[in-house]
Amino acid sequence: MASCSFCSEKAVFSSAGHTYCNLHFISSFESKVKATIERFGLVSDADRVAVAVSGGKDSQTILYILHSLYGDRVHAIAIDEGIPGYRDEKLDDLRKFCTRYSVPLSIYSFEESFGKPLTRFLSNGAPACRSCGVLRRSLLNKYAADFDVIATGHNLDDECQNIVLNLLKGNLSLSARLGPVSGVAAHKGLTLRIKPLYLCTEKEVATYAFLKGFPVRFNECPHASDGFRSKVRDALNELEAAVPGTKLRIVENFLALLPVLEDACRAVDGPVTCNRCGSLCAGGKCSACRVVEVFSDAS
Amino acid sequence: MKVFIERSNEEKEVVFAGTVRNLLLTLGVNPEVVLVSRGNELLVDSDIVSSTDSIRVLSVVSGG
Repeated sequence: MASCSFCSEKAVFSSAGHTYCNLHFISSFESKVKATIERFGLVSDADRVAVAVSGGKDSQTILYILHSLYGDRVHAIAIDEGIPGYRDEKLDDLRKFCTRYSVPLSIYSFEESFGKPLTRFLSNGAPACRSCGVLRRSLLNKYAADFDVIATGHNLDDECQNIVLNLLKGNLSLSARLGPVSGVAAHKGLTLRIKPLYLCTEKEVATYAFLKGFPVRFNECPHASDGFRSKVRDALNELEAAVPGTKLRIVENFLALLPVLEDACRAVDGPVTCNRCGSLCAGGKCSACRVVEVFSDAS
Repeated sequence: MKVFIERSNEEKEVVFAGTVRNLLLTLGVNPEVVLVSRGNELLVDSDIVSSTDSIRVLSVVSGG
């Protein structure tokens, strides 16, 4: 039986030559999240924090830690896309979690906001992950407008995959929008997005959620089918297994380059308002309105 | 030993005794992408499992 590097208890996690028992892992993980918040200045005194939650391990973990740090300045916001057998189960888990820890939770649905659930957009030909992401972000922007920051559960693995995907697809302007804080332009109507789990691996987050006994199902959205992302994810995990620390080095190197990318890709003109819904966008109609229009029932 | 793989909702009977890491290699699973538990106890790569254990393999990969 492997023991903790810092005491004689049984180890439950190992990384970079150290092993951690339950208590030392939890303490180390929470310290890492706090250090990330401080290093990147993610939350300021008196900030009101909306936490975008899906009901999975990442969002429950970040919600728990931010609520323990900032108390009633934290409010959970969930989007119900209408994915039977998946989101309804995740939302049940989330309701249990928020009741258990007394966190205020608001849920907004595609059905209420766009007139139909995701499944109807899909049956009209909408690409699953891209359309869902656009519509979810649109609702989050709308309902978190009165908060100072929106925290998301994006972790080191997510960021690393995005960096490599953008590089492989030649989308450097998209990479300029990555980093632990996005939406840096701070326009009225665009709330800053922060990623306090930015330096935590997916495995660390899952371990924390497991040890804390959060009501989490380790299952996958039935529409998840991004073949290229899966290939990048698998390749990065193979590299990480062979050369531990690979993902962190990719992200730290990216952080060193990010200011240059931001300068190179900074838009000359600021955002304008969507001529259909009035939200901020690059011009004409916003992405959400385009999805709603193109994949309407009449199309 | 009984091995339950949560991602595929699949239970396998595996003839194995040794480290968790070697069990995962036998199953063709990258240790980076899973947690392994025996009951409520999380196991690390160097822990020894035996033929009478019931093991759960949980995927850590997010999906939506």
